[in-house]
Amino acid sequence: MSRRSGLIPSLALLPFLAYLTLFLLIPTVTVIVGAFQEDDRFSTVNIEALSSPAALRTLRNSILLSGSTAVIGAVFGALLSYLVVTAPPTSLFRRVVVSMAGVLAQFGGVTLAFAFIATLGFSGVVTEMLRSTVGLDVFGSGWLFGLPGLILVYTYFQIPLMVIVFLPALEGLKPQWREAALSSGATTRQYWLHVGIPLLRPAFLGATLLLFANAFAAYATAAALVSQGNPILPLLIRAGLTSEVLLGRQNLAFALAFEMILVVAVVMTAYALLVRRTSRWLR
Amino acid sequence: MGWRLMRWALLLLFAVFFVVPLYAMLDFSTRQAGGGRTGEAWAALVQDPQLSSAIITSLLLAALTVLGMLLLLLPTMIWVRLRVPKATRFVEFLCLLPLAIPALVIVVGMRNVYTWVNYLISDSALTLTFVYIVLVLPYAYRAIDSALSGLDVKTLSEAARSLGAGWPTVIARIVVPNIWSGVLSAAFISVALVLGEFTIASLTNYENLQVVINLLGKSAARVSVAASLASLIFATVLLMALSYVGRGRRAQEGSLL
Repeated sequence: MSRRSGLIPSLALLPFLAYLTLFLLIPTVTVIVGAFQEDDRFSTVNIEALSSPAALRTLRNSILLSGSTAVIGAVFGALLSYLVVTAPPTSLFRRVVVSMAGVLAQFGGVTLAFAFIATLGFSGVVTEMLRSTVGLDVFGSGWLFGLPGLILVYTYFQIPLMVIVFLPALEGLKPQWREAALSSGATTRQYWLHVGIPLLRPAFLGATLLLFANAFAAYATAAALVSQGNPILPLLIRAGLTSEVLLGRQNLAFALAFEMILVVAVVMTAYALLVRRTSRWLR
Repeated sequence: MGWRLMRWALLLLFAVFFVVPLYAMLDFSTRQAGGGRTGEAWAALVQDPQLSSAIITSLLLAALTVLGMLLLLLPTMIWVRLRVPKATRFVEFLCLLPLAIPALVIVVGMRNVYTWVNYLISDSALTLTFVYIVLVLPYAYRAIDSALSGLDVKTLSEAARSLGAGWPTVIARIVVPNIWSGVLSAAFISVALVLGEFTIASLTNYENLQVVINLLGKSAARVSVAASLASLIFATVLLMALSYVGRGRRAQEGSLL
Protein backbone atom coordinates (compact mmCIF):
# COMPACT_ATOMS: atom_id res chain seq x y z
CA MET A 1 0.00 0.00 0.00
CA SER A 2 1.47 3.35 -0.98
CA ARG A 3 1.79 6.24 1.43
CA ARG A 4 -0.80 8.41 -0.20
CA SER A 5 -3.58 5.80 -0.05
CA GLY A 6 -2.75 5.38 3.65
CA LEU A 7 -4.19 8.82 4.37
CA ILE A 8 -7.73 8.21 3.20
CA PRO A 9 -8.59 5.36 5.64
CA SER A 10 -7.44 7.65 8.48
CA LEU A 11 -10.31 10.00 7.63
CA ALA A 12 -12.70 7.42 9.11
CA LEU A 13 -11.23 8.29 12.53
CA LEU A 14 -12.46 11.88 12.26
CA PRO A 15 -15.84 11.39 14.02
CA PHE A 16 -14.05 9.81 16.98
CA LEU A 17 -11.48 12.59 17.13
CA ALA A 18 -14.14 15.29 16.77
CA TYR A 19 -16.16 13.76 19.60
CA LEU A 20 -13.23 13.60 22.00
CA THR A 21 -12.19 17.13 21.06
CA LEU A 22 -15.65 18.40 21.90
CA PHE A 23 -16.28 16.57 25.16
CA LEU A 24 -12.79 15.96 26.57
CA LEU A 25 -10.17 18.26 25.06
CA ILE A 26 -12.15 21.50 24.90
CA PRO A 27 -13.28 21.24 28.56
CA THR A 28 -9.70 20.52 29.63
CA VAL A 29 -8.27 23.41 27.61
CA THR A 30 -11.05 25.67 28.94
CA VAL A 31 -9.89 24.87 32.48
CA ILE A 32 -6.24 25.55 31.71
CA VAL A 33 -6.93 28.80 29.85
CA GLY A 34 -9.47 29.91 32.45
CA ALA A 35 -6.93 29.41 35.21
CA PHE A 36 -4.86 32.20 33.67
CA GLN A 37 -7.72 34.64 33.17
CA GLU A 38 -9.84 37.02 35.22
CA ASP A 39 -12.64 39.13 33.76
CA ASP A 40 -11.84 37.61 30.34
CA ARG A 41 -8.29 39.00 30.35
CA PHE A 42 -4.94 37.34 30.95
CA SER A 43 -4.12 37.42 34.63
CA THR A 44 -2.25 35.34 37.16
CA VAL A 45 -4.34 36.37 40.18
CA ASN A 46 -6.09 33.01 40.30
CA ILE A 47 -2.85 31.06 40.10
CA GLU A 48 -1.43 33.30 42.83
CA ALA A 49 -4.51 32.61 44.94
CA LEU A 50 -3.48 28.95 45.01
CA SER A 51 -0.73 29.90 47.44
CA SER A 52 -3.11 31.63 49.84
CA PRO A 53 -3.21 30.03 53.30
CA ALA A 54 -6.75 28.68 52.80
CA ALA A 55 -5.93 27.05 49.44
CA LEU A 56 -2.67 25.61 50.77
CA ARG A 57 -4.40 24.15 53.84
CA THR A 58 -6.95 22.47 51.56
CA LEU A 59 -4.20 21.08 49.33
CA ARG A 60 -2.36 19.74 52.38
CA ASN A 61 -5.53 18.05 53.65
CA SER A 62 -6.14 16.50 50.22
CA ILE A 63 -2.59 15.16 50.05
CA LEU A 64 -2.85 13.85 53.61
CA LEU A 65 -6.16 12.10 52.82
CA SER A 66 -4.97 10.65 49.49
CA GLY A 67 -1.54 9.66 50.82
CA SER A 68 -2.77 7.94 53.96
CA THR A 69 -5.60 6.05 52.24
CA ALA A 70 -3.29 5.09 49.34
CA VAL A 71 -0.76 3.54 51.75
CA ILE A 72 -3.40 1.84 53.94
CA GLY A 73 -5.27 0.66 50.84
CA ALA A 74 -2.11 -0.62 49.15
CA VAL A 75 -0.88 -2.60 52.18
CA PHE A 76 -4.20 -4.20 53.09
CA GLY A 77 -5.25 -4.59 49.45
CA ALA A 78 -2.01 -6.44 48.67
CA LEU A 79 -2.60 -8.65 51.71
CA LEU A 80 -6.17 -9.43 50.58
CA SER A 81 -4.90 -10.10 47.01
CA TYR A 82 -2.43 -12.60 48.47
CA LEU A 83 -5.25 -14.38 50.32
CA VAL A 84 -7.24 -14.48 47.07
CA VAL A 85 -4.34 -15.76 44.96
CA THR A 86 -3.60 -18.61 47.35
CA ALA A 87 -7.25 -19.75 47.20
CA PRO A 88 -8.24 -22.14 44.36
CA PRO A 89 -8.80 -20.13 41.13
CA THR A 90 -12.35 -21.40 40.59
CA SER A 91 -13.51 -21.02 44.19
CA LEU A 92 -16.64 -19.06 45.04
CA PHE A 93 -14.58 -17.04 47.55
CA ARG A 94 -12.44 -15.70 44.74
CA ARG A 95 -15.35 -14.88 42.45
CA VAL A 96 -17.19 -13.07 45.24
CA VAL A 97 -14.12 -11.06 46.32
CA VAL A 98 -13.27 -9.99 42.77
CA SER A 99 -16.85 -8.98 41.91
CA MET A 100 -17.36 -7.15 45.20
CA ALA A 101 -14.03 -5.38 44.73
CA GLY A 102 -15.19 -4.21 41.29
CA VAL A 103 -18.40 -2.78 42.73
CA LEU A 104 -16.91 -1.11 45.80
CA ALA A 105 -13.96 0.35 43.90
CA GLN A 106 -15.81 1.73 40.91
CA PHE A 107 -19.47 2.00 41.69
CA GLY A 108 -20.30 5.03 43.68
CA GLY A 109 -19.09 7.21 46.46
CA VAL A 110 -22.54 8.37 47.58
CA THR A 111 -23.75 4.88 48.45
CA LEU A 112 -20.58 4.17 50.44
CA ALA A 113 -21.00 7.39 52.40
CA PHE A 114 -24.51 6.28 53.33
CA ALA A 115 -23.24 2.82 54.27
CA PHE A 116 -21.04 4.41 56.90
CA ILE A 117 -23.73 6.86 58.04
CA ALA A 118 -25.96 3.80 58.64
CA THR A 119 -23.09 2.14 60.53
CA LEU A 120 -21.35 4.84 62.55
CA GLY A 121 -23.63 7.89 62.18
CA PHE A 122 -25.51 9.31 65.18
CA SER A 123 -28.22 6.64 65.01
CA GLY A 124 -26.06 4.15 63.14
CA VAL A 125 -26.35 0.43 63.83
CA VAL A 126 -22.92 0.01 65.42
CA THR A 127 -23.16 3.32 67.28
CA GLU A 128 -26.45 2.33 68.91
CA MET A 129 -25.26 -1.18 69.68
CA LEU A 130 -22.15 0.06 71.48
CA ARG A 131 -24.14 2.79 73.23
CA SER A 132 -26.67 0.35 74.65
CA THR A 133 -24.31 -2.53 75.50
CA VAL A 134 -21.04 -1.06 76.80
CA GLY A 135 -22.07 2.59 77.05
CA LEU A 136 -19.38 3.67 74.57
CA ASP A 137 -20.07 6.69 72.36
CA VAL A 138 -18.21 6.08 69.09
CA PHE A 139 -20.05 8.92 67.37
CA GLY A 140 -18.23 11.44 69.57
CA SER A 141 -18.41 14.95 68.21
CA GLY A 142 -19.16 13.79 64.67
CA TRP A 143 -15.68 12.76 63.47
CA LEU A 144 -17.35 10.70 60.70
CA PHE A 145 -18.33 13.91 58.88
CA GLY A 146 -14.81 15.37 58.82
CA LEU A 147 -11.35 14.35 57.63
CA PRO A 148 -11.05 11.23 59.88
CA GLY A 149 -14.38 9.95 58.54
CA LEU A 150 -13.22 10.54 54.97
CA ILE A 151 -10.09 8.48 55.64
CA LEU A 152 -12.24 5.59 56.92
CA VAL A 153 -14.73 5.65 54.02
CA TYR A 154 -12.01 6.13 51.38
CA THR A 155 -10.21 3.06 52.76
CA TYR A 156 -13.42 1.15 52.06
CA PHE A 157 -13.00 1.73 48.30
CA GLN A 158 -9.19 1.96 48.16
CA ILE A 159 -8.60 -1.62 49.42
CA PRO A 160 -10.91 -3.09 46.72
CA LEU A 161 -9.25 -0.94 44.02
CA MET A 162 -5.86 -2.30 45.11
CA VAL A 163 -7.20 -5.86 44.78
CA ILE A 164 -8.35 -5.16 41.20
CA VAL A 165 -5.06 -3.56 40.17
CA PHE A 166 -2.59 -5.74 42.09
CA LEU A 167 -4.16 -9.18 41.60
CA PRO A 168 -2.95 -9.62 37.98
CA ALA A 169 0.65 -8.83 39.05
CA LEU A 170 0.47 -11.33 41.88
CA GLU A 171 -0.99 -13.93 39.51
CA GLY A 172 1.93 -13.25 37.15
CA LEU A 173 4.43 -14.66 39.65
CA LYS A 174 5.08 -18.08 38.20
CA PRO A 175 5.13 -21.03 40.62
CA GLN A 176 8.18 -22.34 38.68
CA TRP A 177 10.26 -19.40 39.93
CA ARG A 178 9.46 -20.34 43.48
CA GLU A 179 10.21 -24.02 42.80
CA ALA A 180 13.50 -23.07 41.16
CA ALA A 181 14.49 -20.96 44.16
CA LEU A 182 13.47 -23.60 46.68
CA SER A 183 15.20 -26.45 44.81
CA SER A 184 18.38 -24.35 44.65
CA GLY A 185 18.32 -24.38 48.45
CA ALA A 186 16.61 -21.06 49.21
CA THR A 187 14.21 -20.77 52.13
CA THR A 188 10.70 -19.37 51.60
CA ARG A 189 11.86 -16.20 53.35
CA GLN A 190 14.82 -15.86 50.99
CA TYR A 191 12.57 -16.47 47.98
CA TRP A 192 10.30 -13.58 48.96
CA LEU A 193 13.20 -11.31 49.93
CA HIS A 194 15.29 -11.83 46.78
CA VAL A 195 12.76 -12.85 44.10
CA GLY A 196 9.13 -12.19 44.95
CA ILE A 197 9.29 -8.75 46.52
CA PRO A 198 11.80 -7.21 44.04
CA LEU A 199 9.61 -8.44 41.16
CA LEU A 200 6.42 -7.06 42.67
CA ARG A 201 7.87 -3.75 43.86
CA PRO A 202 7.15 -1.70 40.68
CA ALA A 203 3.60 -3.06 40.48
CA PHE A 204 3.05 -2.28 44.15
CA LEU A 205 4.41 1.26 43.89
CA GLY A 206 2.48 1.87 40.67
CA ALA A 207 -0.75 0.69 42.24
CA THR A 208 -0.13 2.93 45.27
CA LEU A 209 0.22 5.92 42.92
CA LEU A 210 -3.01 4.98 41.15
CA LEU A 211 -4.76 4.81 44.53
CA PHE A 212 -3.38 8.25 45.38
CA ALA A 213 -4.73 9.76 42.15
CA ASN A 214 -8.04 7.99 42.67
CA ALA A 215 -8.51 9.47 46.14
CA PHE A 216 -7.21 12.87 45.12
CA ALA A 217 -9.82 13.24 42.36
CA ALA A 218 -12.71 11.55 44.20
CA TYR A 219 -15.67 13.85 44.80
CA ALA A 220 -18.90 11.97 45.51
CA THR A 221 -18.07 10.46 48.91
CA ALA A 222 -16.85 13.75 50.30
CA ALA A 223 -19.79 15.69 48.85
CA ALA A 224 -22.26 13.29 50.49
CA LEU A 225 -20.43 13.00 53.82
CA VAL A 226 -18.95 16.38 54.70
CA SER A 227 -21.54 18.88 55.85
CA GLN A 228 -19.42 21.78 57.08
CA GLY A 229 -16.66 23.67 55.32
CA ASN A 230 -14.51 22.59 52.39
CA PRO A 231 -11.65 20.62 53.95
CA ILE A 232 -10.38 19.06 50.69
CA LEU A 233 -9.64 20.28 47.16
CA PRO A 234 -12.64 18.73 45.33
CA LEU A 235 -15.03 20.41 47.80
CA LEU A 236 -13.27 23.75 47.40
CA ILE A 237 -13.72 23.39 43.63
CA ARG A 238 -17.43 22.80 44.22
CA ALA A 239 -17.58 25.96 46.32
CA GLY A 240 -15.85 27.86 43.52
CA LEU A 241 -18.31 26.51 40.96
CA THR A 242 -21.52 27.06 42.88
CA SER A 243 -20.86 30.32 44.68
CA GLU A 244 -19.59 32.25 41.63
CA VAL A 245 -17.13 34.26 43.71
CA LEU A 246 -14.78 32.41 46.05
CA LEU A 247 -12.14 34.25 48.06
CA GLY A 248 -12.98 37.25 45.87
CA ARG A 249 -11.96 35.50 42.64
CA GLN A 250 -14.25 34.72 39.76
CA ASN A 251 -12.08 32.09 38.06
CA LEU A 252 -10.69 30.38 41.15
CA ALA A 253 -12.51 27.12 40.33
CA PHE A 254 -10.50 26.94 37.09
CA ALA A 255 -7.22 27.50 38.91
CA LEU A 256 -8.10 24.84 41.52
CA ALA A 257 -9.11 22.38 38.78
CA PHE A 258 -5.83 23.17 37.01
CA GLU A 259 -3.98 22.34 40.22
CA MET A 260 -5.85 19.03 40.32
CA ILE A 261 -4.88 18.25 36.69
CA LEU A 262 -1.22 18.93 37.52
CA VAL A 263 -1.13 16.64 40.56
CA VAL A 264 -3.09 13.83 38.89
CA ALA A 265 -1.10 14.07 35.64
CA VAL A 266 2.26 13.83 37.43
CA VAL A 267 1.09 10.88 39.54
CA MET A 268 -0.49 9.05 36.58
CA THR A 269 2.63 9.52 34.42
CA ALA A 270 4.79 7.97 37.14
CA TYR A 271 2.21 5.19 37.36
CA ALA A 272 2.35 4.54 33.60
CA LEU A 273 6.16 4.33 33.71
CA LEU A 274 6.07 1.82 36.57
CA VAL A 275 3.40 -0.28 34.85
CA ARG A 276 5.53 -0.44 31.71
CA ARG A 277 8.32 -1.91 33.83
CA THR A 278 6.01 -4.53 35.30
CA SER A 279 4.46 -5.52 31.99
CA ARG A 280 7.90 -6.66 30.78
CA TRP A 281 7.63 -9.85 32.80
CA LEU A 282 3.87 -10.03 33.30
CA ARG A 283 1.86 -12.07 30.74
CA MET B 1 -0.19 -24.33 61.39
CA GLY B 2 0.59 -20.80 62.60
CA TRP B 3 0.10 -19.45 59.09
CA ARG B 4 -3.24 -21.19 58.64
CA LEU B 5 -4.51 -19.67 61.86
CA MET B 6 -3.26 -16.25 60.79
CA ARG B 7 -4.93 -16.67 57.39
CA TRP B 8 -8.32 -17.29 58.98
CA ALA B 9 -7.83 -14.41 61.39
CA LEU B 10 -7.04 -12.05 58.50
CA LEU B 11 -10.00 -13.27 56.45
CA LEU B 12 -12.25 -12.69 59.44
CA LEU B 13 -10.94 -9.14 59.85
CA PHE B 14 -11.52 -8.31 56.17
CA ALA B 15 -14.98 -9.88 56.32
CA VAL B 16 -15.93 -7.78 59.36
CA PHE B 17 -14.63 -4.55 57.79
CA PHE B 18 -16.45 -5.09 54.51
CA VAL B 19 -19.65 -6.83 55.63
CA VAL B 20 -20.58 -4.79 58.71
CA PRO B 21 -21.40 -1.56 56.78
CA LEU B 22 -23.45 -3.56 54.26
CA TYR B 23 -25.33 -5.36 57.03
CA ALA B 24 -25.83 -2.04 58.82
CA MET B 25 -27.54 -0.65 55.70
CA LEU B 26 -30.00 -3.53 55.68
CA ASP B 27 -30.65 -3.18 59.42
CA PHE B 28 -30.92 0.62 59.31
CA SER B 29 -33.25 0.71 56.31
CA THR B 30 -35.73 -1.78 57.82
CA ARG B 31 -35.94 -0.26 61.32
CA GLN B 32 -39.20 1.10 62.68
CA ALA B 33 -39.34 4.19 64.88
CA GLY B 34 -40.80 2.41 67.95
CA GLY B 35 -38.78 -0.78 67.47
CA GLY B 36 -39.48 -3.74 65.19
CA ARG B 37 -39.14 -4.03 61.42
CA THR B 38 -40.79 -2.41 58.43
CA GLY B 39 -40.36 -2.51 54.67
CA GLU B 40 -41.63 1.05 54.20
CA ALA B 41 -38.28 2.48 53.12
CA TRP B 42 -37.95 -0.26 50.51
CA ALA B 43 -41.49 0.23 49.25
CA ALA B 44 -40.67 3.92 48.78
CA LEU B 45 -38.12 2.95 46.13
CA VAL B 46 -41.00 2.42 43.69
CA GLN B 47 -43.59 4.70 45.32
CA ASP B 48 -41.63 7.92 45.84
CA PRO B 49 -42.18 9.88 42.59
CA GLN B 50 -38.88 11.79 42.80
CA LEU B 51 -36.87 8.63 43.39
CA SER B 52 -38.57 6.50 40.76
CA SER B 53 -38.24 9.21 38.11
CA ALA B 54 -34.53 9.47 39.01
CA ILE B 55 -34.16 5.70 38.65
CA ILE B 56 -35.76 5.91 35.20
CA THR B 57 -33.46 8.80 34.23
CA SER B 58 -30.39 6.83 35.31
CA LEU B 59 -31.49 3.68 33.48
CA LEU B 60 -32.16 5.69 30.30
CA LEU B 61 -28.76 7.37 30.66
CA ALA B 62 -27.13 3.95 31.05
CA ALA B 63 -28.83 2.61 27.93
CA LEU B 64 -28.03 5.69 25.84
CA THR B 65 -24.42 5.72 27.04
CA VAL B 66 -23.92 2.08 26.09
CA LEU B 67 -25.45 2.73 22.67
CA GLY B 68 -23.36 5.84 22.03
CA MET B 69 -20.17 4.26 23.37
CA LEU B 70 -20.56 1.27 21.04
CA LEU B 71 -21.37 3.47 18.03
CA LEU B 72 -18.32 5.61 18.69
CA LEU B 73 -15.82 2.99 19.81
CA LEU B 74 -16.56 -0.21 17.89
CA PRO B 75 -16.18 1.06 14.30
CA THR B 76 -13.16 3.17 15.29
CA MET B 77 -11.30 0.35 17.07
CA ILE B 78 -12.03 -2.22 14.38
CA TRP B 79 -11.07 0.25 11.64
CA VAL B 80 -7.79 1.03 13.40
CA ARG B 81 -6.94 -2.68 13.51
CA LEU B 82 -7.90 -3.25 9.89
CA ARG B 83 -6.70 -0.19 8.04
CA VAL B 84 -4.69 2.24 10.19
CA PRO B 85 -2.64 0.18 12.70
CA LYS B 86 -0.24 3.14 12.91
CA ALA B 87 -2.87 4.99 14.93
CA THR B 88 -3.23 2.23 17.55
CA ARG B 89 -1.18 3.90 20.28
CA PHE B 90 -2.70 7.30 19.60
CA VAL B 91 -6.28 6.02 19.88
CA GLU B 92 -5.36 4.05 23.00
CA PHE B 93 -3.83 7.17 24.55
CA LEU B 94 -6.99 9.18 23.82
CA CYS B 95 -9.24 6.46 25.21
CA LEU B 96 -7.26 6.18 28.45
CA LEU B 97 -6.94 9.95 28.86
CA PRO B 98 -10.13 10.27 30.96
CA LEU B 99 -8.34 8.27 33.67
CA ALA B 100 -5.89 11.17 34.02
CA ILE B 101 -8.47 13.96 33.68
CA PRO B 102 -10.89 13.69 36.63
CA ALA B 103 -14.64 14.06 36.04
CA LEU B 104 -14.53 17.05 38.35
CA VAL B 105 -12.14 18.84 35.96
CA ILE B 106 -14.34 18.05 32.95
CA VAL B 107 -17.41 19.42 34.69
CA VAL B 108 -15.58 22.66 35.53
CA GLY B 109 -14.58 23.14 31.90
CA MET B 110 -17.59 21.87 30.02
CA ARG B 111 -19.96 24.80 30.51
CA ASN B 112 -19.15 26.29 27.07
CA VAL B 113 -19.74 23.03 25.23
CA TYR B 114 -22.94 22.32 27.15
CA THR B 115 -24.34 25.77 26.51
CA TRP B 116 -24.33 24.76 22.84
CA VAL B 117 -25.62 21.24 23.52
CA ASN B 118 -28.53 22.64 25.53
CA TYR B 119 -29.23 25.24 22.85
CA LEU B 120 -28.99 22.93 19.83
CA ILE B 121 -30.34 19.63 21.21
CA SER B 122 -32.20 19.95 24.50
CA ASP B 123 -31.65 20.73 28.15
CA SER B 124 -32.93 17.41 29.46
CA ALA B 125 -30.86 15.33 31.90
CA LEU B 126 -30.36 12.82 29.11
CA THR B 127 -27.83 15.14 27.45
CA LEU B 128 -25.43 13.94 30.18
CA THR B 129 -25.01 10.94 27.88
CA PHE B 130 -22.46 12.88 25.82
CA VAL B 131 -20.05 13.37 28.69
CA TYR B 132 -20.79 9.93 30.24
CA ILE B 133 -19.55 8.31 27.04
CA VAL B 134 -16.20 9.99 27.70
CA LEU B 135 -16.18 8.77 31.32
CA VAL B 136 -16.73 5.09 30.42
CA LEU B 137 -14.30 5.20 27.49
CA PRO B 138 -11.17 3.80 29.26
CA TYR B 139 -13.04 0.83 30.74
CA ALA B 140 -14.96 0.06 27.55
CA TYR B 141 -11.77 0.37 25.51
CA ARG B 142 -9.96 -2.17 27.71
CA ALA B 143 -12.80 -4.68 27.49
CA ILE B 144 -13.16 -4.45 23.70
CA ASP B 145 -9.40 -4.34 23.13
CA SER B 146 -8.79 -7.58 25.02
CA ALA B 147 -11.51 -9.31 22.98
CA LEU B 148 -10.12 -7.94 19.70
CA SER B 149 -6.57 -9.06 20.44
CA GLY B 150 -7.81 -12.65 20.74
CA LEU B 151 -8.98 -12.51 17.15
CA ASP B 152 -7.20 -12.50 13.79
CA VAL B 153 -9.22 -9.57 12.46
CA LYS B 154 -7.10 -9.12 9.33
CA THR B 155 -7.50 -12.67 8.01
CA LEU B 156 -11.20 -12.76 8.82
CA SER B 157 -11.88 -9.51 7.02
CA GLU B 158 -9.76 -10.46 3.99
CA ALA B 159 -11.74 -13.70 3.71
CA ALA B 160 -15.03 -11.79 3.89
CA ARG B 161 -13.82 -9.11 1.45
CA SER B 162 -12.70 -11.70 -1.08
CA LEU B 163 -16.22 -13.13 -0.97
CA GLY B 164 -17.60 -9.72 -1.85
CA ALA B 165 -18.52 -8.19 1.53
CA GLY B 166 -18.23 -4.43 1.93
CA TRP B 167 -16.62 -2.76 4.95
CA PRO B 168 -19.90 -2.18 6.85
CA THR B 169 -20.76 -5.86 6.43
CA VAL B 170 -17.30 -6.92 7.60
CA ILE B 171 -17.64 -4.87 10.77
CA ALA B 172 -21.26 -5.60 11.63
CA ARG B 173 -21.55 -9.24 10.55
CA ILE B 174 -18.04 -10.68 10.80
CA VAL B 175 -16.02 -8.90 13.49
CA VAL B 176 -18.66 -7.83 16.03
CA PRO B 177 -20.24 -11.30 16.47
CA ASN B 178 -16.74 -12.63 17.19
CA ILE B 179 -16.00 -10.12 19.96
CA TRP B 180 -19.44 -10.34 21.55
CA SER B 181 -18.02 -11.13 25.02
CA GLY B 182 -15.87 -7.99 24.96
CA VAL B 183 -18.84 -5.91 23.81
CA LEU B 184 -20.96 -7.30 26.66
CA SER B 185 -18.22 -6.59 29.23
CA ALA B 186 -17.91 -3.04 27.95
CA ALA B 187 -21.69 -2.60 28.16
CA PHE B 188 -21.92 -4.00 31.72
CA ILE B 189 -19.11 -1.91 33.12
CA SER B 190 -20.57 1.19 31.43
CA VAL B 191 -24.00 0.56 32.96
CA ALA B 192 -22.43 0.15 36.42
CA LEU B 193 -20.42 3.36 36.06
CA VAL B 194 -23.38 5.42 34.81
CA LEU B 195 -25.71 4.19 37.57
CA GLY B 196 -23.08 5.21 40.13
CA GLU B 197 -22.27 8.60 38.62
CA PHE B 198 -22.77 11.58 40.94
CA THR B 199 -20.10 14.22 40.31
CA ILE B 200 -21.17 15.60 36.95
CA ALA B 201 -24.93 15.27 37.45
CA SER B 202 -24.92 17.01 40.80
CA LEU B 203 -22.68 19.89 39.68
CA THR B 204 -24.84 20.52 36.60
CA ASN B 205 -28.07 20.32 38.67
CA TYR B 206 -29.54 17.29 36.94
CA GLU B 207 -31.36 14.69 39.04
CA ASN B 208 -30.05 11.19 38.46
CA LEU B 209 -30.23 8.29 40.91
CA GLN B 210 -27.19 9.19 43.01
CA VAL B 211 -28.15 12.87 43.20
CA VAL B 212 -31.61 11.99 44.54
CA ILE B 213 -30.16 9.44 47.00
CA ASN B 214 -28.00 12.25 48.34
CA LEU B 215 -30.96 14.68 48.49
CA LEU B 216 -33.14 12.18 50.36
CA GLY B 217 -30.34 11.69 52.89
CA LYS B 218 -31.43 14.91 54.53
CA SER B 219 -35.19 14.32 54.67
CA ALA B 220 -35.64 10.51 54.56
CA ALA B 221 -32.42 8.84 55.65
CA ARG B 222 -33.90 5.32 55.70
CA VAL B 223 -35.12 5.59 52.12
CA SER B 224 -31.76 6.82 50.86
CA VAL B 225 -29.96 4.00 52.69
CA ALA B 226 -32.39 1.48 51.16
CA ALA B 227 -31.79 2.98 47.69
CA SER B 228 -28.01 2.87 48.27
CA LEU B 229 -28.08 -0.79 49.23
CA ALA B 230 -30.41 -1.64 46.34
CA SER B 231 -28.12 0.02 43.81
CA LEU B 232 -25.04 -1.69 45.30
CA ILE B 233 -26.77 -5.07 45.03
CA PHE B 234 -27.83 -4.31 41.45
CA ALA B 235 -24.24 -3.39 40.50
CA THR B 236 -22.90 -6.54 42.19
CA VAL B 237 -25.31 -8.75 40.24
CA LEU B 238 -24.27 -6.94 37.05
CA LEU B 239 -20.55 -7.49 37.67
CA MET B 240 -21.09 -11.10 38.80
CA ALA B 241 -22.83 -11.68 35.47
CA LEU B 242 -19.85 -10.04 33.79
CA SER B 243 -17.46 -12.52 35.43
CA TYR B 244 -19.41 -15.34 33.78
CA VAL B 245 -19.29 -13.83 30.27
CA GLY B 246 -16.51 -15.59 28.37
CA ARG B 247 -13.33 -13.61 28.65
CA GLY B 248 -15.11 -11.00 30.73
CA ARG B 249 -13.11 -11.80 33.85
CA ARG B 250 -9.79 -10.86 32.35
CA ALA B 251 -11.23 -7.75 30.75
CA GLN B 252 -12.57 -6.50 34.04
CA GLU B 253 -9.42 -7.15 36.02
CA GLY B 254 -7.30 -5.40 33.45
CA SER B 255 -9.68 -2.50 33.19
CA LEU B 256 -7.51 -0.20 35.26
CA LEU B 257 -4.06 -1.39 34.30
